[in-house]
Formats: sequence, structure tokens, C-alpha cells
Amino acid sequence: MFPEEQTLSKIAISRRAALGAAAATAALPLVHIRSAAAAGRLSIGLWDHWVPAGNAAMRAVVGAWAEKNKVDVVIDFITSVGNKNLLTIAAEAQARTGHDIQAFPTWEVHNNQDNLEPVDDVVLPLMKQYGAINPVNEYLGKINGHWMAVPSSSGAQYKPSCARISLFKQAGLDVQAMYPARPDHTALADQWTWAKMLEIAPIAKQANLPFGLGLGQTTDSVDFVGALFRSYGAELVNAKGEVTVDTDAVKTALEYMKKLAQYLPPDVYSYDDASNNRALISGKSALIFNPPSAWAVAVRDNPSVGGDCWTFPNPTGPNGRFVPSNPYFWGVWNFARNKSAAKELITYLCQREQVETLCKAVSGYDIPPFLSMADFAVWAEVGPPTGTVYNYPIRPTHNATPSIAAFPAPAEIAVQIYNRATMTTMVAKLTQGGQSIPQVIAWAKDELEGFSR
Amino acid sequence: MRRVLRRRSTIAFFMCLPLILLIGGLVVYPAIYAIYLAMLNKKMTHFVGLGNFAFLLKRATFHLVIFQSCLFAVTSVTAKAVIGFLLAHLMHAIPGRHQRVWRGLLLIPWVVPLALSTLGWWWMFDPSYSAFNWLLAKFGIGAVPWLGSTGWARFCMILVNTWYGAPFFMIMYLAALKSVPEQLFEAASIDGAGALAKLRYVTLPMMRNIISITVLFSLIVTFADFTIVRILTDGGPRDTTHIFATYAFEIGIQSGDVPLGAAASLFMLPILAVASFFILRGVARRDREMAA
Repeated sequence: MFPEEQTLSKIAISRRAALGAAAATAALPLVHIRSAAAAGRLSIGLWDHWVPAGNAAMRAVVGAWAEKNKVDVVIDFITSVGNKNLLTIAAEAQARTGHDIQAFPTWEVHNNQDNLEPVDDVVLPLMKQYGAINPVNEYLGKINGHWMAVPSSSGAQYKPSCARISLFKQAGLDVQAMYPARPDHTALADQWTWAKMLEIAPIAKQANLPFGLGLGQTTDSVDFVGALFRSYGAELVNAKGEVTVDTDAVKTALEYMKKLAQYLPPDVYSYDDASNNRALISGKSALIFNPPSAWAVAVRDNPSVGGDCWTFPNPTGPNGRFVPSNPYFWGVWNFARNKSAAKELITYLCQREQVETLCKAVSGYDIPPFLSMADFAVWAEVGPPTGTVYNYPIRPTHNATPSIAAFPAPAEIAVQIYNRATMTTMVAKLTQGGQSIPQVIAWAKDELEGFSR
Repeated sequence: MRRVLRRRSTIAFFMCLPLILLIGGLVVYPAIYAIYLAMLNKKMTHFVGLGNFAFLLKRATFHLVIFQSCLFAVTSVTAKAVIGFLLAHLMHAIPGRHQRVWRGLLLIPWVVPLALSTLGWWWMFDPSYSAFNWLLAKFGIGAVPWLGSTGWARFCMILVNTWYGAPFFMIMYLAALKSVPEQLFEAASIDGAGALAKLRYVTLPMMRNIISITVLFSLIVTFADFTIVRILTDGGPRDTTHIFATYAFEIGIQSGDVPLGAAASLFMLPILAVASFFILRGVARRDREMAA
């Protein structure tokens, strides 16, 4: 018996106090994993997974490690709803105290680089073990030649096309034949271009299933437009940090968007990250760019739509095919009290076995950072229809590249382009605000020069 | 020492001390810290003075934010004041028990947590499944882009803020109305004053201080609003509904430029300080006049 347990057993606890304590415990998303003989303490703040089973699986995996290594682990699952995770990160960075390990979404590694412990000793052996890493992870997690956080699978996602099979067939494109649930490249896949998408857009609109492609201020809108811009080689700011918005490539991308916007629903300018999901789930849209979460809800709430969905990479453009990628990282604060245990736990969580367990628990929602892990069975198994998310992870046959909007701008500028939704605002000014392309570019130039301060 | 401790002022000080510490810790310290943060460079490594403020003033988007914040606050507060004033008078005219029932009902918007009620509004304005549009469709009227076009989105923000804040004005004005001595109205009636003359020469002068303080308080709260804009539009479309707080959050917390975010949020300070100065000066002057 632990000394604390002896003490507790002597304290008389009233029924009301016990109920109150139980209710308080249940209300907190905090898990305390105590190993048999604690050999140190580790506090971790992880992302509160959208998929409910994700937290339980993570708890079990971390618990197994804690038990084996005799480490006392406390897990906080921190939601990203209302940006609570960002607020927690900002508060811990300011106070220089908090968790040992913290989950960092997309841009937060760069934002907090001065407070993070370099983790080359974790990432480089993992890369040796598992090979190439998603280039977006490298762009966001490797700063001045050093890895400042470890790319994680938990929470990482792609936003590929999720289309209605029947509507696309009606438009003459068999998406299942184009991207079958097997490792084959097809000639049809090469026809999946932005130009082809523009051909199908009026057909979808006429069928009352317009594409649910947001032009709002939130990430799904930014990611879709970001991938399109990159397909056309349209960079707002180049890798050196020079403003390069006034180019033919940007003009071509804007002209494309002007043509496409007339076939989109009129409310796309106020889309948030749930609007496109709802459009698909309610059977009002034939195409969105989203992780399989929308399809999964459709299977539950509107099975006829869920069974008619197929996920595959985004269209290609003159500069290539780019799939929006939103990675997550596990970082160790440089003020963490147990850095060695933190790094050991992260290394353990990044092993293929653990990554696959976690990925399976969330029905394939999580995308592993290592490209060699795109072969987990879960993506081939889930349905209906079976194989619907087989092409959710980028596979070698796709000839696609993970991408993030605002790449290749230096991250401190790119984060502002991304969060201020500069690209979608440009498109909205052109297609809704009635401005001309030169006016839009002039506005963007002024804005981007401000980001480079 | 014992004599000092026995003084009424000392006892009063110690009794107020918890509150002073609370205000010091939760209001004064964060405010000073925000001013300090607003004067640092992006990496928070060195002092840049008023550089962040000067930078913001050069940005076209920030000019839009200033305009929108003022439009949102002034229009909302005016609407709340007018509606609150009318409601207070209507309420004052309802006799006895019924007044309590109506008062309770009208206070509901102010009592419901703002985030929750704004979510309710958002569902009604939802871009794709708006309840209002569903109703309009029943009458053959086309869908309105409530949150998707600049004009409607601004209207929706102001509407929700007015709906939420008008009950506060109503209750304050009602309290003021109840404190106006009945004899003044009787005397005015004897002098042949009609309803409008009574309003102009009795009610308004007697309520002027309460109106000023309520407007000031509401102006501060409305300028600092975050919830309504964040939930309804998140600053869109095309940044045309951003106000100081949402813009500060976007550049400070989401884009990792905490000093610039702090500077954006502190722009409210001079505007509110000027408004407070004039309003409180007016209140003090009237107090002196009434005392004289």
C-alpha cells in the first residue's frame, strides 16, 4: 500500500464529498497513469482527439509504456475547440511551466521554437528506421537544421477529395476506377486535373449538388485554395521571404477561381470547417476536400450518402498534384522537468506498432508522418464502400505531394498568410467583392509586406 | 500600533484588501503586462516602444478593423439604449405583478451565457441551413446570405449584441424611472405638461446620469466584445467584420505575434479613455449642479 493510500483510508469521506469528487474527476479530461513503483513523473498535454476512441487508445498505449518504465504519467487531453490548445501553449510558454510533452498543431512549433528542446536525437534515428518523412513536417518542425519537435500521427490529417461516386459517374468520371483500392496507378488518374474539375462543377450545380469548397477564413478553405495555388505555381512569398504575388502564376490561379466560383454555393464565403462536412453529409454537395471524418458521419447519419463517397487525391495542375497536409507535433519544452523520459515516451509512440494501433483506433483518421507507414491495413478495410479511404494517405502511385498553404514562404511569414487567410480573401475580393485582379494583387502585396516586418 | 489598527479607515482598508488584491492580480497586473508586451518586438526579445502601434496604423486591414469596431460599438450601444429606454417605459406602465413577469422574461437574453445564445443565433443564420431562410422560403423569398455578405454579416453582429444587451439598459433605466419622485410628474401635469414635455423636462434630466453611466459601461463592454464576432463570422467575409479583440486574437495567438496582438487590443484604450473622460465629467458636473 502507498503512503498516500494509507492516509486516505483514514479520512472519513461523506457521500456528498465523494460524489462531488467523482463528478469533478469525470468532468476533467485528465488521466493519471501511476505505475507500480514510480521512477519519475511525466506530464503530457495531448490533443483531445475528434474520434472518441482516440483518447482511450492513446491512454492504453501510454499506460503500457508507463507501466514498463515505472514512470508516473499524467495526461491532459486538450481540445482544439475554441483554440484551447493554442491558449494553453501560449500560457505555458509565457509562464515557462506546464507539461513536459506538449502537442503542437501545424504552426506552433515555429511560434514556440525558442522554448523548445531540440529533438534531433529522437527524429534522426526514427528517420533512419522508417525512411522519408512528410515534407510538410520537415518544413514546420525543422528549424535552422534542427528538429524542434517530433512529427506525430495523432491529429495529423490530409484533406483530399471526397466525392459522390454517382454524380461523378453521371459527369463521365468513374472515381473508383480512377483511384482503385489497390496500389495501381491508372491512366484515368492523370485526367483528374483542376480543369477537369471545372468541367464537372456546372454539372454538379445543375444536379443541385454544387461542390462544397469554402472561401471563408478557416483552415479547410485556406488548405483547398493553398493546394490549388501551389498546383499553378502561385507563390505569394518565396522561400527567401520576397513578396512574389504579382506573377502570371498568381493571376492564372485567380482567373481559375473566378471561373469556378460561379458554380459554388453562394454561402461559401461564410463557410467554416464544419460547413463543407455538413454540405456533404446532408446530401447537398458532390465534392469536398476533407479528411474522412465527413464520410464517417455520413455513414452514421445519412447512409445512402456515406455509401456513395470515395476519397482520393486532389486534382493536379501545371505545377503538380498537391494534397493539403495538416501535421501535428509532440514537443518537449526546454523548461520541462523530465526531458529524458519525455523523449523516450515520444520515441516509443512513434514506433510503427504504436502508430498503427492508434491509427486503427480512429478508423484511419490519423496520418503517420513517415511515408513508409501508408500501408496500414485499416485504410483498405473500412467502408462502405470497402476501400473508400484506401487513397486517403498519399501513396507512391498517386504522384502527389503533401502541401501546406503559403509554402515555401519562411514559416514566420507563412503562418500569417495561413491564419489571416490571405489567399481565400484574395479570391473572395475578386469573386464576391467585385475587385479586379490588379486590385486584389495590390491589396495582397501591401498585406504581405506587413507580414514580413 | 494598536490605535492605528483600531481606526475605522484601517479596518475598512483591511476589509477591502482581498478585493484590492483581486483587482490588482486580475485587472491591474494583466493590463500593465499587456502594455509591456505591446512594446516588445515579435520575438519578445527587445523593446520597440510604440513601434507596434505605428506599424498597425499603416495597415489598410487595421483601418478596416478600427472602422468596424467603432461601427459595431456605436450602433449597438445606440440601439440598446433606445430599445432599453422604450422597454423601461413600457415596463414602468405595466402595473404590479404583471410587471415582474415581463421583467423576468425580458431579462432572459441577458441571463443566458453569451456563447450559448450566440451559437443559437449562428444556427439560425447558418449559411446553408438557416432557420430564417427556411421561413423566408415559405413566403417565396430567396435566401439571404446572413453571414456571407458584408452588410448582412455586420447587421447580424449588431442585432445579436443588441438582443443581448438591451435588457441591461432596460433594467437600469427602469430603476432610474422608479426613483423619479412622482410629485415632479404631478407638478408638471398641473403646469399643463403633456407626455412629451414630461419626458423632456422631467424624465430625461432625472435619468441623465444613469443613461450616461450605462452607455459608458456598455460602450466598454461592446468595444471589448469577442464572443459574438468569433462565433458568428470569425471576422469574415474578407475581414469585413473583424473588431479589435478578434483581430488581436488572430494575429496574437493564432499567428504567433503576441506583441502585435497586444498592441491591436490596446487600441481600445485611448478611445475608451476619451469617452470615459467626457461622460464621467458630465456626470460629475450634473452631480455638483444637483447638490448646489
